[in-house]
Amino acid sequence: MEALFAIALGVLTASGVYLLLRARTFPVVMGLTLISYAVNLFLFAMGRLQTGAAAVIGKSAEHVDPVPQALVLTAIVIGFAMTAFVVVLSLRSLGELKNDHVDGREPRP
Amino acid sequence: MPGRKRIDSADVWRQAPTDRIRGLLMALALIVALPFLGVFLPLLGERFGRSACAAGAALAPMIGLVLLLSMQPEVFAGEVLRLRVTWLPELGLNLSLRLDGLGFLFALLILGIGLLVILYARYYLAKKEPMGRFFAFLLMFMGAMLGVVLSENLLLMLVFWELTSLSSFLLIGFWGERSDARKGARMSLAMTGGGGLALLAGVLLLGHIAGSFELSQVLAAGYAIRAHELYPVALVLVLLGVFTKSAQFPFHFWLPQAMAAPTPVSAYLHSATMVKAGVFLLARLYPALAGSEWWFYLVSLTGLATLLVGACMALFQHDLKGLLAYSTISHLGLITLLFGLDSPMAAVAAVFHIINHATFKASLFMAAGIIDHETGSRDMRRINGMWKYLPHTAVLAMVASSAMAGVPLLNGFLSKEMFFSETLHQHLLGSFNWVIPAAATLAGVFSVAYSLRFIHDVFFNGEPINLPKFPPHEPPRYMKVPVEILVFLCLLVGMLPGYTVAPLLAAAASASLGGTLPEYDLAIWHGFNLPLMMSFVALFGGILVYACRQPLFRWYAGLPEVDSKLVFERGVRSLVAGCVRLTGWLESGSLQRYLALLVGSGLVVVTLALGPLPQLSGPRELTPIDGITALGLVLLALSAVTTVVFHRQRLVALVMLSVVGLFVALAFARFSAPDLALTQLSVEVVTIILLMLALFFLPSATPGESSSLRGLRDFVLAIVSGVVVALLAFAVLSRPYDSIGAFFLENSVPGGGGANVVNVILVDFRGFDTLGEITVLAIAAVGIYAMLDGLRLFQPGEDAEGRSWARDRHPLILSTLSRVMLPMALMVSVFIFLRGHNLPGGGFIAGLITAVALILQYVASGVQWTQSRLPLNYTFLAGGGVMIAGLTGVGSWLFGRPFLTSAFGHFHIPLVGDIELATAMLFDLGVYLTVVGATLLILANLGKLTQERAGKEVL
Repeated sequence: MEALFAIALGVLTASGVYLLLRARTFPVVMGLTLISYAVNLFLFAMGRLQTGAAAVIGKSAEHVDPVPQALVLTAIVIGFAMTAFVVVLSLRSLGELKNDHVDGREPRP
Repeated sequence: MPGRKRIDSADVWRQAPTDRIRGLLMALALIVALPFLGVFLPLLGERFGRSACAAGAALAPMIGLVLLLSMQPEVFAGEVLRLRVTWLPELGLNLSLRLDGLGFLFALLILGIGLLVILYARYYLAKKEPMGRFFAFLLMFMGAMLGVVLSENLLLMLVFWELTSLSSFLLIGFWGERSDARKGARMSLAMTGGGGLALLAGVLLLGHIAGSFELSQVLAAGYAIRAHELYPVALVLVLLGVFTKSAQFPFHFWLPQAMAAPTPVSAYLHSATMVKAGVFLLARLYPALAGSEWWFYLVSLTGLATLLVGACMALFQHDLKGLLAYSTISHLGLITLLFGLDSPMAAVAAVFHIINHATFKASLFMAAGIIDHETGSRDMRRINGMWKYLPHTAVLAMVASSAMAGVPLLNGFLSKEMFFSETLHQHLLGSFNWVIPAAATLAGVFSVAYSLRFIHDVFFNGEPINLPKFPPHEPPRYMKVPVEILVFLCLLVGMLPGYTVAPLLAAAASASLGGTLPEYDLAIWHGFNLPLMMSFVALFGGILVYACRQPLFRWYAGLPEVDSKLVFERGVRSLVAGCVRLTGWLESGSLQRYLALLVGSGLVVVTLALGPLPQLSGPRELTPIDGITALGLVLLALSAVTTVVFHRQRLVALVMLSVVGLFVALAFARFSAPDLALTQLSVEVVTIILLMLALFFLPSATPGESSSLRGLRDFVLAIVSGVVVALLAFAVLSRPYDSIGAFFLENSVPGGGGANVVNVILVDFRGFDTLGEITVLAIAAVGIYAMLDGLRLFQPGEDAEGRSWARDRHPLILSTLSRVMLPMALMVSVFIFLRGHNLPGGGFIAGLITAVALILQYVASGVQWTQSRLPLNYTFLAGGGVMIAGLTGVGSWLFGRPFLTSAFGHFHIPLVGDIELATAMLFDLGVYLTVVGATLLILANLGKLTQERAGKEVL
């Protein structure tokens, strides 16, 4: 299962990086979102993969490491705030510069 | 060091701390601190007139001087006062100070001559010039210089060293409206600051070798340092710092350019203090670095070259201060050469010459300043016959330049005699050992010649020619006082060395040598011997050279003119051009390029770190593959790829992106992270709404515009990143590890009063982190609010395919259902919130659920409808949340506990069941409010963008 998880993580990252390197703001935002998914999953997996062992005392015999989960929980929320920030930044740049290229100007043909 | 008593602050506090020693150590710290504290006095005093300004400036050095002199008995008894205050002990950087004979001598010069310069500058500076600023700079420099000479810690000394470079830059460039002042200041900063960097590297190496940056330990480790293989590197680096600061050949050219400074600055910095910092360091590190062939050849040959070049060039300068500048270079070369000769006696002579040179050169600079001040010119071809107009100044200048020439009965004679004698005693150049005495005599000839020129050309030699101010008058009485004092000292030391300078010299030289002093005699008359002969040769040779000056000047005028300023400027310009090219290449303004570089270098770093891994797979037993999970992971990967494939059609890609998000949530749920799954699910909803909103304004399709090459580059980067991340993840996942998680699992219930460990970590154990995180969230929301303020965007009336929007903006079923669902959703969020401490849930998740429920109202019924019925100020909500969380933390102070300590108890609420009421819940309430406030602040304001034209709103 670990191998499959790692491969899925790799595909997620590769997709994110490819979109990150696009020239328009929207794909870049989508790429960032994909990368933050990958990063969150990666951090979470640092507590190792276990099923049916939630870190709630008394609900199961053994428990996974709660520390990465606590880290990732806030990371997800802050990741949303940052995505929102980038989205609004790109809207502002669209409003000011009248195009959605990441460099703020249409490329020379 | 046998036979020497050490007074160490640490020892002193431990043993019997006498009040006197404690007072002295305090005073030592005060000496360094006073000039910095006093910086404001002249600035404040300026409005009360120039005398008040100067008096304000003089106060700090005056007190410092009194304090310093009060330590004289201990210092002359050979004691070393050391004050140690730890600052950054991990880096070896301590605020430790040290006062011994050498530091005492330099501190005396800095404070004494500093006071004289302040008095002199009071009359030198014109009425309209900002005197307060001048004195503030001067005091800052003085403090930095005192720090250099009184530091025990070498790193601390370096801080002060760079501060002298910076403050001297300000002083040299004081007349900033003049181009030569700006260029000279820049050149001196580049040279001395650059040398300072080399010195930093050298000192770091020294500290590495000696195991400490404390001077006492470095000096004691002299043998180990010289035996170390890094010794030559460390020595060269330290010497680079020394040579640039002390204007040694071939770094000497900045000093003549620095003559663009006001003359008090030259008198202070370029005779007595800053340029002496280099030779001070030679004296200071003498026990640690000297005593090797490297030292001898590097230091003595550099000193010899500087001595000769400076002395010859000085004769050919027509500028009064230029002559003095080159003469200073030559004398600094002499001191360096003496240290390089590597014998104890030579070091004594070097220290002695430091004292003598400071006195006569400072007075000569001041005299030159008076002449410049009164005639308006510094050109010796025009200033002639001043004897008639400035007889008093003339006498003073003549005595001082005789001292510079080494005329008997003046202080310069004594140290020069010692110098000649020492050049005869070295045997390191083998059969060429006559070279050094011969060159020294030659330099002596030129030094007599230029001193003679200073006297004859300026004060005699006919009538002045075409002076800007004519006729010149004697300056104000008190402008001459500093010169008189210094010239008087030249005479006093020259005639009665044994009664005046001897104890100071002995204390300073023995501190420099690290203990034992050689036998020497400061008498004026040693009988007819070779050094005396050399002095006479120099005296008569100098008169002869001066007599033949006209053909020599003609010859010099025929030399190709090299303006060091131009050469330096050209060098700097080409360096800047190179940097601009490099920056232009790296920072092309293309985000795609930056990101590619960023990702690429990230990959390089990770690959390098993964390289040493012997095998990818670790010893941990892998979990078996089960069908459902495998299907989920495959779908996760597939939907990610589909997002990329359809990324040009943005809406399709967005839908695929939401599928990815949902599968991520499922993955969290599958692998025992219910809290994360809930959070991810609700964040996913708000993220997609956000992106949909953005897509309303943005073009609906992405043009295919990447070149094939760029496409290939991005593809390769993406694939490699994916592979590296997959390998890294697998390598980690297949290895066991130690975690601090067990602590939280054990202490969650007894310590935090909650069974849901993740939530307890968030609101209790690591509550401080969470407080920081919700603050970031609130800040981001406020930032977005600010960014949206005043934004006008084009609102398309139809979609990309030309279809107009649906006429029914708020469908009846949706709006009706959403209104019914609101109370239910809110109830669910309250439930999730309350149980969060013990079961999956908590403030973050409850906040997101509430936010989603409220946003649904916006979507279903529009912004105006919702806001008129739900008049919530989301900014207050987010800010209030952070405040509640913060105040909960502060509350624990009331009970005498550390910030964010939580208390808890169990309560039974009917229907809900047994719940935990902990103060952590109050904290969680803050989290909840912040999340609701921030999320709605972002989304509602983005939706409101479309409010400009009624009926055009998006939500």
